[in-house]
Amino acid sequence: MIRNLKTNLLELIRKTSTELPDDVIKAVEGGMRREAEGSQGLYAMEIIRKNIDLACDKSQPLCQDTGAILFYVEGPKGLDRAAFEKEARQAVSLATRKGFLRQNSVDSISGKNSGTNLGPGSPTLHFHQTPRKDLSVRLILKGGGCENVGAQYSLPHTGLKADRDLEGVRKCILDAVLQAQGKGCGPGILGVAIGGDRATGYAHSKEQFLRPLGDVNRNPVLARLEKEVVEEANRLGIGPMGFGGRTTLLGCKMSTLNRLPASYFVSISYMCWAYRRQGFVLTPQGKIKKWLY
Amino acid sequence: MKLELPFTEEKIRALKVGDMVLVSGVFFTGRDAVHKYIHDGNELPVSLSDAILYHCGPVVVKEKGAWVVKAAGPTTSIREEPYQAEVIEKLKLRGVVGKGGMGPKTLEALKKFGCVYLHAVGGAAQVLAECVKKVRGVYLLEELGSPEAVWEMEVVNFPAVVTMDSHGNSLHKEIFEASKKRLDEMMGNP
Repeated sequence: MIRNLKTNLLELIRKTSTELPDDVIKAVEGGMRREAEGSQGLYAMEIIRKNIDLACDKSQPLCQDTGAILFYVEGPKGLDRAAFEKEARQAVSLATRKGFLRQNSVDSISGKNSGTNLGPGSPTLHFHQTPRKDLSVRLILKGGGCENVGAQYSLPHTGLKADRDLEGVRKCILDAVLQAQGKGCGPGILGVAIGGDRATGYAHSKEQFLRPLGDVNRNPVLARLEKEVVEEANRLGIGPMGFGGRTTLLGCKMSTLNRLPASYFVSISYMCWAYRRQGFVLTPQGKIKKWLY
Repeated sequence: MKLELPFTEEKIRALKVGDMVLVSGVFFTGRDAVHKYIHDGNELPVSLSDAILYHCGPVVVKEKGAWVVKAAGPTTSIREEPYQAEVIEKLKLRGVVGKGGMGPKTLEALKKFGCVYLHAVGGAAQVLAECVKKVRGVYLLEELGSPEAVWEMEVVNFPAVVTMDSHGNSLHKEIFEASKKRLDEMMGNP
């Protein structure tokens, strides 16, 4: 097994929970510049900006809801997944004891908190095999407030007058932004999957959060739609925290999965401004070769 | 603008939707379990008359024998909508702090009893924890557990926005309606 994995994963969790990546900070600052002097929106953005520095300086969680723990692992053929999972679980438990993660995993029937963040579905690990020798691990921490405003639409949709085409997709996305208002701790970032089944659609929508905010979609049609949706959402006037203002979304990332002829799902995941995502590449010797964001 | 102790009805009634306030005084935390506890007919071991209730499950640790707040951001308020009006009346609250806003039943209670809803910035756990200068005490810690207990804390310059006032106005309602109208226009559904 890879050496130092538990220690490296603990550092990954600490960094993800306490420091926002540069692309997100840049987007927050861009949003801040758009808000009007003396407005409630600017007031919220200034507090958000201050909180980002304070959490980093104190090495304490940005938000007390340290969220669902989602690992995305890319490794070579022969990676021992069970051993990886064991180390990851130990790192999560340790990070909880150290206060980088809140005790956040509750039995759905008894209501009992495991106290360790370990339990069915927590943490979640996704494995992908790559031809490379290195191991790369990415982590997303996604809080409950923003998870609660995610939405899945099945087209056609009578109420929205949305057909099975990209115009219909656009209507679903903007409706999700409208319904979310400030409840997802905006300004938010959307991950959207068109197609798939209900489960793969949502999973794929979350994977979009692995993309840097500044990247351009390889599909030119989706690249244009991503840009337009952000501009249109920002014209709705919902603003930071739903206080009103010009910055409702900081980004939108879209992708497609094939669908059954009978189904046409649009799955939308909402990420709060506290967009906690980080990752690293490990050498076969267990050294952190580079940070990914 | 500043909002300081004592939280009198007169001061609360003077607040209007959109006001950006810095609150100094005492907050009592109370979230899901506390609302249910009061709804079930239980009495709190401390008076919250003319006080401010904070929808928050803080991270609190004991350092050298004293409680220290490590993270104290707001939690989503709408979950307390079924109970909030009754809790405002029973406890004689003057303010509720949370995030995401609340519904018509709470708005009506704010008007009737002279109370205000203050919206804190969600996710800003560190900035808000810095505003907590001292933990004065804790109630129902054994019964409800740390995040759900009633923490009495002194706050200084806690930043919030009045999003629901005691005159029947709700910023959440206004912004929802305005953004819906704009979206309908954009989509060509007048």
